[in-house]
Order: sequence, then C-alpha cells, then structure tokens
Amino acid sequence: MVWLTPLIAIALTVASGYLLFLALGLDPAETLYQFLIAPIESFYGWTELGVKAAPLILIATGLAIGFRANVWNIGAEGQLTMGAIAAGAVALAFWGHEGWWILPAMCVAGALGGLAYAAIPAFLKTRFDVSEILTSLMLTYVAALVLSILVFGPWKDPDGYNFPQTRMFTDAAVLPILVEGTRLHLGVPIALLVAVAAWFLMGRTVIGFQIRVVGQAPAAARFAGFSRKRVTWFSLLLSGALAGLAGTFEAAGPIGQLIPQLTPGYGFTAIIVAFLGRLHPIGIIAAGLVMALSYIGGENAQVSAGLPQAATGVFQGMLLFYLLAADVLVRYRLRLTAGQPKPSPKPVTVS
Amino acid sequence: MKSIYGLLQPDSGEMLWNGRPVRPTNPQEARRLGIGMVFQHFSLFEALTVAENIALGLENPPERRVLAKKIREVSEAYGLPLDPHREVHSLSVGERQRVEIVRCLLQDPKLLIMDEPTSVLTPQEVDRLFETLRRLAAEGCSILYISHKLHEIKALCGAATIMRGGKVVGTCDPAVETARSMAQMMIGAELRTLSRRGERGAAEAKLTVEGLSVPADGPFGTALREISFTVGAGEIFGIAGIAGNGQTELSQALAGEHRSRPSTAIRISGQPVGHLNAERRRGLGLCSVPEERNGHAAVAEMSLAANTLLSARNRMKLAPGGLIRAGLARDYAAKVIHDFGVKARGTEALAGSLSGGNLQKYVVGREMLQTPEVFIVSQPTWGVDAGAATAIHQALMTLAQNGTAVVVISQDLDELLQITDRLAVINLGRLSEARPTAGISVAEIGLLMGGLHGAEPAAAEDEKGHAVHVA
Repeated sequence: MVWLTPLIAIALTVASGYLLFLALGLDPAETLYQFLIAPIESFYGWTELGVKAAPLILIATGLAIGFRANVWNIGAEGQLTMGAIAAGAVALAFWGHEGWWILPAMCVAGALGGLAYAAIPAFLKTRFDVSEILTSLMLTYVAALVLSILVFGPWKDPDGYNFPQTRMFTDAAVLPILVEGTRLHLGVPIALLVAVAAWFLMGRTVIGFQIRVVGQAPAAARFAGFSRKRVTWFSLLLSGALAGLAGTFEAAGPIGQLIPQLTPGYGFTAIIVAFLGRLHPIGIIAAGLVMALSYIGGENAQVSAGLPQAATGVFQGMLLFYLLAADVLVRYRLRLTAGQPKPSPKPVTVS
Repeated sequence: MKSIYGLLQPDSGEMLWNGRPVRPTNPQEARRLGIGMVFQHFSLFEALTVAENIALGLENPPERRVLAKKIREVSEAYGLPLDPHREVHSLSVGERQRVEIVRCLLQDPKLLIMDEPTSVLTPQEVDRLFETLRRLAAEGCSILYISHKLHEIKALCGAATIMRGGKVVGTCDPAVETARSMAQMMIGAELRTLSRRGERGAAEAKLTVEGLSVPADGPFGTALREISFTVGAGEIFGIAGIAGNGQTELSQALAGEHRSRPSTAIRISGQPVGHLNAERRRGLGLCSVPEERNGHAAVAEMSLAANTLLSARNRMKLAPGGLIRAGLARDYAAKVIHDFGVKARGTEALAGSLSGGNLQKYVVGREMLQTPEVFIVSQPTWGVDAGAATAIHQALMTLAQNGTAVVVISQDLDELLQITDRLAVINLGRLSEARPTAGISVAEIGLLMGGLHGAEPAAAEDEKGHAVHVA
C-alpha cells in the first residue's frame, strides 16, 4: 500500500490539474495533453527528459540518504550553486586550454564546492546542535548572492555586452554529448550510476545499515557503536557533494557557462523527488523522470496553451501535498464521531 | 484481557458485567463500564508531561490545574508519589507504571486489571502496591491480577485461574496451594530446578570498575559517583536497586554507549576501555543486553536477520570488509532462534512483531552465542513468562560456568538472590559494598535500596564509595 501512494498522488494531481485548467478557461484535455504527453512523444523529448531528470536524481539520491538518517538537508539548491561556482572557476581559469583533465578537475572541484558548503550546517549541527534545516536553507540564499556577485562583477564576460554571465566554457570544459542533435550529455548516465551505487550502499553495506539504524532507532545505534555525529557529517557531506556535482553538470552541460538563473529550483524539487521515490534510489529514478516531465510540460504548455509559468510550481506542490496526505491516510483512518462531544483517543505509543 | 478491555473483539462466547451481557468494542466503552487496565507495556507519550498523558486517557479531562491537583491527591492517598509536571521520558520504569495506575484510579474503576505490575518494583514498593490494591478491594473495586510470580498471587489473591497457551487449565485457591504446585499447573510439567553452583575460589578479574563517575544526563538523569567493583571469570555479579537510581546510566557506561573518563575507570582483563565505543569494547569481549528491547537492543522495523548486524557483525564476521553478507546474518539469526527457542515466523520476521518475552530471548541469545568474556545484562527477565525466565537464568549460569564474567543489573530481587554469587545495591548513583549472596538477607538489601528515602546519612555513603573488591 505504501508503494501505491505515489501513484495515487500522481492520479489526484492530474485530476486536480484538470479542474484547475477548467477554471482557467482552458481546454483541460488539450492542456493536460500538452503538459504530460506531448513532451515525450518523440525521441528528442525523451532525451530532454533525461537532461532535466539527471540533476534531480543526483541530488535526490544524496538527500534521501540523509533523510533516512533523520538528517534534513534542505539546502541542496545552495550546494548546487556553490558546486557550479567551483567548477566554473576551474573552467574559467583554464579558458581556451586543451586537456582531457579539465573536465574531471571541474567535477572534483564542483563536488568539493558542494561538500564544503554542506560542511557548514554539518559543523553547526554536530558542534552546537543547530537545526540543519534552518542553516542549510538560509545558506541557499547566500549562495545565490555569491553567484550574482561573481557574474555581475569579476567573472563577467568581457565581450558579453554587459549581460550578467560568464564567458561560454571552451570545449575541454563542456560535457560530451552522447547522441548527436540532442542535449543528452554524459551527466545523465552518471546520475543513473550514482543512484544504483546508492542502492548498493544503503542495502548491502554496513555504512548504509548504520544510516538506517541511526534514523530509525538512535538508542540502538549507540548500542551498536554507531556514532550519530559521524552519520550526520557523512550524509550532509555526501548530499552536498552530489548537489555540487549536479551543479557542475548543469554549468558544463546544457548551459555551458555561469548565469544567475543557474537552476529552476532543482535543489528544492529534489526534496519532492526523494519522497515521491520513497527514499529508495530506484524509486527516485522514476520520480525524477516524473518531476522532469512537469518542468518540460510546464514550459510546453506555456507556449502552446498559454498556461502561466506558476502552473509548474502548482503542479509540483500539489504532487507533494497529495503524496504526504495519501501517506497519512493510508496508515490512519478518518472516523467521524458524530454525537460524541469530545472524542478522546486512547494514546498509543509505537516505541 | 484485551477482549475485556475492548481492544480485541472475541469471536465467540459472552461476557457478563454485573449480570448483564456486554461486549465492549473499544477501550472507551470499557472505561465507561468501569473497567480500568494497567498494561505491562505502558502506553505513554514520552514527550508529554504526566498530567498531559493522564488527561489524554480521560473521557472528560478537567482543567489542567485541577487535574494536577487531583493527580497529587490520588497519588499521595495511595502512596504513589508522582509529579504531574514532569515529562514522561525522564521517568524511570517504576515511575511510569505509577502514571498508568493513577490514570486508572482517577476514573473510579469497578474492575482494575493489572498485567504483571510488580516486575519493575522493589520489595518495599511491591508491599506498598499491595496495600494500595487491598485498600481498593476493600473499597469495593474488583482486581484482576495477572502475574507469573506465584508468591504474589498467594499473598494477594482470593482466587486464581491458571492459563496456559490461551486455555484455562485450572482454578484454585492460592491460600491452599503451594507456589510449586501452581507453577507445575502453569508449565504443565515438572518444574526444572536451577542447578545452583557451589562456592568457588578466587579467579582472575575480567571486569574491573574503579572510581567510575559519570555526570547526570539531563535534569532528571542520575549521576554515577565513584562506582567500583570487580567481577572475576565465572562469577555472576548482581546489582540491585530501585528503578531510576542509576542502573540505566551504569549499564550504558559499562557497555560503552557513553564513554567515561579516565579510560582506566573501566578495564577488561586489565585493559583500559573507558574511551572506547560499544563496538570496540565488543571486540575486546564485552557484550551487553540493554533494558529496553524495542528501539535499543533491537530495531523494531527491521527483520531478525538484520538485527543480528547491530552487535554481531564483527564478532561473528557477518559483514567482512563492510559488506553485509545477508546469508550469514540469516544463518546466525536462525541459530539464535533455534538455540533459544524463540517463537518467530522465521528470520525475516520484524523484531517488532515478536512478543516481549520472545524478543528478549532473541536479544539475550544473540549476545550469548557470541561467547563473550564479559556479559552485562539489564533486567534479563522483565516481562518474560516463567518458563522462559528459567531458561534465561539457566543460560546465564551456564555462561558463567564456562568462564564468562556476568553482571546482572535487575530490579527483580528474587532473580538476583537466585542466580548471583555476589550482590551490590545501587542507590542515587552510588554502589554499595558487594557481599556474597549466600550470606545476605532480603531485609538488609531492602535497607540499602531504601537509602533513597533518607534513612542513611552521608557517613555510610563514604564507606560505600571507596570500596574496592577483589573476586
């Protein structure tokens, strides 16, 4: 039943979308078609889906590992930005150079950038017990401003007519395209590989077991000799590094430079992806594709049906809302207790 | 019992309440009929206060201040001291039980069901509970008392029904029967007597604790002060005490769940281990069973096979090189289930799906089959039926016979008197001098336990604090 709730949530979201479009005065069936079906009618559509899903899968995989340990990294968006900045620094430093090593160096720099940025909430959490939810979220806005300073200032393209953007990366700093005529880049299969590796990590290794025990039963973790602090560090650093890598792939992939609007909220959408995928790497791959569809479909419907841009956000929000509601309602039953002045449920602890 | 209290619906049969057939479909209905129940496993929200927990169980809870006052009145009237404003997570097991009892008493029950209520109480507390129960009975409240401790049944009850495997196997007058004859009806066979071991000479010290002090964890925790004792190979060392006097803290400090300084405060075969975590200590041969089964000794949402990895992954080589070998874990779980007679639907059953007694057997077995050098066990038979308790006791004695140093921390005095070689009492975080169990009387232990109630001044504590023993 728990595995069924994502499907229920998707169905309810589509139904609500139908009513929403009706209320907006659009042809609901046609708009839904443009939103959900048209984007994947061609092979090119599928490759675009992969391009959009890759960063979501990469980030959500890292976040899900933390969520399993009750470590709530909400700031993947900021870690993604910092990763892109670090990778961009490498790309710009070796602008115009040749060399096979530039791209791997960018990936390492990007992962380290995201990792270092996630180290701040990890330090505050383990040293002072500051909520990582707040610190990681707030640091997101700091990262966006740092990016703005750089692209409006020192890193601005000298031949860019004063547009806030860096120079286009040269060939050695751009991810190779896998299929001619599409934007399908090397980052897409890497994201899938990372998800599979995470599956192995969580299911088959003592590290994964440790993360699950810390999340489910902190006292049992102490009994087993697992350290909560180490798991907090590990999961924040890992999710930060994966977000940084996702930022690198965006900058070195479809965008090819640094711009202020580097991400359409991948870091936040990945939270939905992680839960929609039941915190399971394979579920996350499927959920990443669904959410990618909502991005592409939203743009598609903007062009063809005149749907406002906010519709994409509404769609994603509804999906998470229905998912959480369905999760609760699958486990509990609503009972109307008419005629009883004060229902007093018997307290039951599950501990 | 759950059927009477409306938690389960019977398939057939009828129940007469004051001569009228009733069929409560939920606990609320049962409470309205005047039935109250104190469970063996408490149903309390840890994050809420005593008063809030009690308010949740009432049909029409009065205003908060009035309720707090009523709680104080009832708890004092029945000798169950309780602070309504304390949060439940900070209470000891014994205190939590008081919350449950007071919650029932506030509803003026006509029938009070008690499920194994004394497993967490001291002899004095048991006496006081019995007084409370007798007084309630005198006031016209019927009491249905479930217990496997037969001398309690003899002391308290007017009539006894004996059940085995879900069937009534007999009814008797406990005043006439002996504890032994009732036990045989209960188990359905001749009762196995524990083979008590003879006196042994001095053995090498396996576990040495010297001047162990641990600061209190949180405002309601108990600090450990200058605890010293030594346990030799093949010895069973008992630690008695009233709930909440530092037993949890001591067992966690010994097991390595909390590190302690200096590292020499705890030594295994002479090697300082105070700075090591639980798994590193396990590597040196120290295995432990914590008091809480669910969520501490085992993860309820994981299978029995996965639960072996908590403590046996390195000692039993279930995950060489950090990679889990699922087959080996299953085999080990199957061995524990078989050797200790755990009733479970195989190794993939979730730990949380086992009954308390079966999970306890599983947890104890998981540790014992690792052939530890030093074995620390807290409340080994809490909530376990008589047959299983005997089996666990026998296993502990066999373990000691094979040269393991065993520390049993328990609130069940009978158990300690039955199986330990030496005995010490913990009170307010201090440990009394250890004495050979053979030469100690229940009254003496009771006095030491009762130090809590202000009988003993600081002078006596000085002597206790510096005692160092050699086995």
